[in-house]
Order: sequence, then structure tokens, then C-alpha cells
Amino acid sequence: MSAVEARVPVLEARGLVKRYGVVTALDGADFDLYAGEIVAVIGDNGAGKSTLIKALSGAIEPDRGEILLNGAPVHFRNPLEARRNGIETVYQDLALAPALDIAENLFLGREVRRSDIIGTLLRVTDRPRMLREARAHIADLKINVRSMKQPVETLSGGQRQGVAVARAAAFASRVVIMDEPTAALGVRESGMVLDLIRTVRARGTPVVLISHNMPQVFEIADRLHVMRLGRRVATITPASHAMTEAVALMTGASSFHGTGG
Amino acid sequence: MLALLLASIFFTIRTDRFLTTDNLSLITQQVAVVGILAIGQTLIILTAGVDLSNGSVMALGTIVMTKLAVMHGMNPFVAIALGIAACLGFGVLNGLLVTVLRLPPFIVTLGTLNIAFALTHIYSNEETIANLPDPVVFFGNTFHFAGTTITYGAVLAVALTVLTWFVLTKTVAGRHVYATGNNPDAARLAGVRTRRVLLGVYATAGLLYGIAALVLVGRTGVGDPQAGQSGNLDSITAAVVGGTSLFGGRGSVLGTLVGTLIVGIFRNGLQLMGVAAIYQFLITGILVILAVAVDQLSRRSRA
Repeated sequence: MSAVEARVPVLEARGLVKRYGVVTALDGADFDLYAGEIVAVIGDNGAGKSTLIKALSGAIEPDRGEILLNGAPVHFRNPLEARRNGIETVYQDLALAPALDIAENLFLGREVRRSDIIGTLLRVTDRPRMLREARAHIADLKINVRSMKQPVETLSGGQRQGVAVARAAAFASRVVIMDEPTAALGVRESGMVLDLIRTVRARGTPVVLISHNMPQVFEIADRLHVMRLGRRVATITPASHAMTEAVALMTGASSFHGTGG
Repeated sequence: MLALLLASIFFTIRTDRFLTTDNLSLITQQVAVVGILAIGQTLIILTAGVDLSNGSVMALGTIVMTKLAVMHGMNPFVAIALGIAACLGFGVLNGLLVTVLRLPPFIVTLGTLNIAFALTHIYSNEETIANLPDPVVFFGNTFHFAGTTITYGAVLAVALTVLTWFVLTKTVAGRHVYATGNNPDAARLAGVRTRRVLLGVYATAGLLYGIAALVLVGRTGVGDPQAGQSGNLDSITAAVVGGTSLFGGRGSVLGTLVGTLIVGIFRNGLQLMGVAAIYQFLITGILVILAVAVDQLSRRSRA
């Protein structure tokens, strides 16, 4: 554990504050994520999970505090800037355009253009190359879909989430963030997505995920970041704490006495 | 496509004049103007918007270019450019109101419909402008192909359709139009500048209405302040009958061309059969509702 702590976190937040009018969503929140791990952010409704994730993914700007990427301070004004820095986010429901096909969704906003004059001048896309690369990314994560030309709306919920994760994994050079990746899925499909998340970690990209599903969180996460009242109240591991203890921390029924923090 | 064939066969059987070269050339002339309006309309519908102003904007364009060329003796090419610019300006205005003020396209274009209509009548003094110089009516000129007389305007309508199809399906900008219309949040989060896409679409549509104005002047030979009043509904009909979804993100300008032809052929065929004009409206109305119903039902079955 101490060897891990000595390393520089891939993504770190210090003392983030975000207020919406009189409501304080983040009240000095800290966060860290190290290479090769899956960190789950857990907390009761209104604990500030979503706001923290939004700050990390560039969707909102914190009022105070700082975010560090590999130890260097960064400042994201929008999701695009976070993406340019290698942080990809899988948003809960609004990740994909249903009428567009898998390849188009994977490359949405990052279309590959033809390398010749037609590509530079007229911004004509290189469809064969995008189909080829999409196939490779999808195969990489062992997602089971027939054709890259299938519209996303013809896929099952699990397959769609698979495409969204594949897009994030394909372009994330540093971090993948996932907001409730299994919320809308059945048991079998959830299992598929959890495997996907492990595959992403195995390929070297650390993952942050928000989830309400405690059994899942305990199954997949290396560390649990517990939020309460806009702050990190504890960082625990599935080995160090039982599920009931985690819930007690979330609700404030018990305070933290353990390692790290 | 099937409907197009069926309608053609039906009218060929029912009237002896339908499948004559004269009549076919008449159809191409009739549909050229609506066809170009419908390209712009399709672009906007693909972004889940709608444009009610296009017919009035086109009418304003015709008056600006004809009045400047005839009454002010301006160089006809400059007059044409200014007429098209007026339409482009209205397109940009629609786009700015939709993207900056975030007003619903239906309301925005209902407003600009009336503004363009009023400006057309104020500027023209309700007068029809005739005796147009040659360049202004160029697109009414014809050439013969396979025994049929075809106007340059009809050729232009097809060329613009193909060009727009290419841009929509093969270029980054085109794919962003579909993505923006299909799921604006996903598109924005994926890094598509959706507001810029929308503004571009409305501006391009305005430009197309200006070109439609030029083709209309070529066909009628006059600048008519009363022109284009059914342009909005005709172009929406063409797009929807051609399979473009009013919910955005689905459809094709090639479909719109087919839709334009279907509507044009229905009108023409019914005319030849001696059906009174009022029944043509009736049938166009039924056609639109059928097309939208099919769109709705197929959408429901997908969901």
C-alpha cells in the first residue's frame, strides 16, 4: 500500500469547492486515482459524487481547489479540454446518437479524414479506415456486435454501453470516467460491462466510476472513495471494510478510522 | 420510390398526355423551384427544426434581384448576388435566433416568414416586375435532351441535390448535421460544436432559397411579390414524403428529390385527369399525413 501511495496519482483533486447558490455541492473535496486501478466513488444522493465527477471530466468548473494530472495542475473549461488531456467520460444516458452506426458513434467529433487533398480541403471522411479501426477497438474489448454499420438503436442496452465504453477506451490516454455504467442494464449485461471495465484497466487505463450498486462496487473496485456532504470522508478497499461499514460511512452513522484518507 | 413508380404508371394509364415529352419537361420545370427549397428544408429538418419562412424569403429574393436589375438599372449579376444575399441574410437571422436566443425554429421562422412577406410587399409596392435582363432569367433557358425540353433550372436542382447529398454523407460537417439532429447532447459532449452546425445549416438553407429565387425568376420571367406562398408546406411535404424524419437525424436529400417528384407528379397527373385544384390540395394533405404517420409508427416500433 505504501509503495502505491508514494507514486504520483494519475488524476488528483485537492480541496474542490462548488456552490450552486446557497447549496454547497462540493465542500473541499479531495480525490486521487493511481495507475492501474479502478476507483468507485460512492455516497448518498446529494453527497457530491456527480459534481466531483463533472469537475474531473470538465463538465463544470469548480469555484476553488485544483486538479492535477500526473502531478501537474490542469484547468478544464469544458469536456473537450479534458478529452484533449486524455480523460474520457462515459455519460449515463446521453453518450450515443441512436440513428448513427457504431463506427460513426465511435468517431463522433473525431472523424478521421482522408489523407489526400479531398480530405484536407473538403473535410471528406475516410469511412473505410474508420470502419477498420472501429472493428479493431470493438474486438479489442471483445464486444459482441455483428457489423460496424449497425445503427446503435438496433443494439441491446449492454451492447450500447459497450460501444460507449469502447469509444472512451479507444481515445483515453490517461483516465476513463464512467457515470453509473450499469444503471439501465440487466444482470447478465451488467456482468458484461463490468468485465469490460476490467479489460480497460488491464489495458493500462485507470477507471473512475460512480455507482449506487454496492455489490457491484465491491466486486469490481480496487478502492472506494466515500463521499459525504461534499467531501471525501474515507478511502477504503473491499478487503478492509464490509459493505455495511461502507454504507455507515456514507450515511454518517460511523466516522472513519482506518488507513489512508 | 415505389410510390413514384406507381403514381407514374397510374397516370400513364389514366391519361394519354402524362407520358409525353412536353408534359415531362413541364414537370421538371414545376418541381425545380420546390426541389431547391426542399433541399434547404431537409437540412433544417435533419437538425430537428423546421423552416416556415422559405417561400417568403425566396419571394423577397426574387423581388430584390428583379427590382434592382430593372428599376435601378443595376448590373444584373450584382442584382442577382444581392438578391441571393438577402436570402442568405434571412437564413443567418433564423440561425442566430435559433442558436443564440435558443428560440424554437417553428416560432422563429413563423416570425421571419411574416417579416420577409412584409418586406417583399413594401419593397415591391405590390407590383410585378417584368422585362428582365437575360442573365436574371438564365435558368429558364432550355436545352433538348432525348427529345425532352429541359430547363437549366431543373439541372441545377438535381446538381444541388447531389452536391448536398455528398456533403451530408461524406464530410465531417455532414455527419455532424445528422449527429446534432439525432442527439444534440451526445453530439455536444462528443465535441461537436452543435451551435455552429445549426447556424451553418440555416445559413446554407438561406443561400439555397436565394438560388431557388433565381430559378423561379427564370421560370416565370417576372418578379412576383405573391410568389412562393406555399413553398414552406410544399418543401416540408417533399422532405417528409421523401422519408426525412421530423424528429431529426434521419433522412436524405435524395429521398427529398424523390418526394418532390412524387408531389409534383401527383399534382400534374391530377391536373391532366381534370381533377379540380382544390382536390389536389386534399390529396397533398393526405399524402403528408400518411408520410408523417409512417415516420411516427416506425419510430415507435424502434423504441
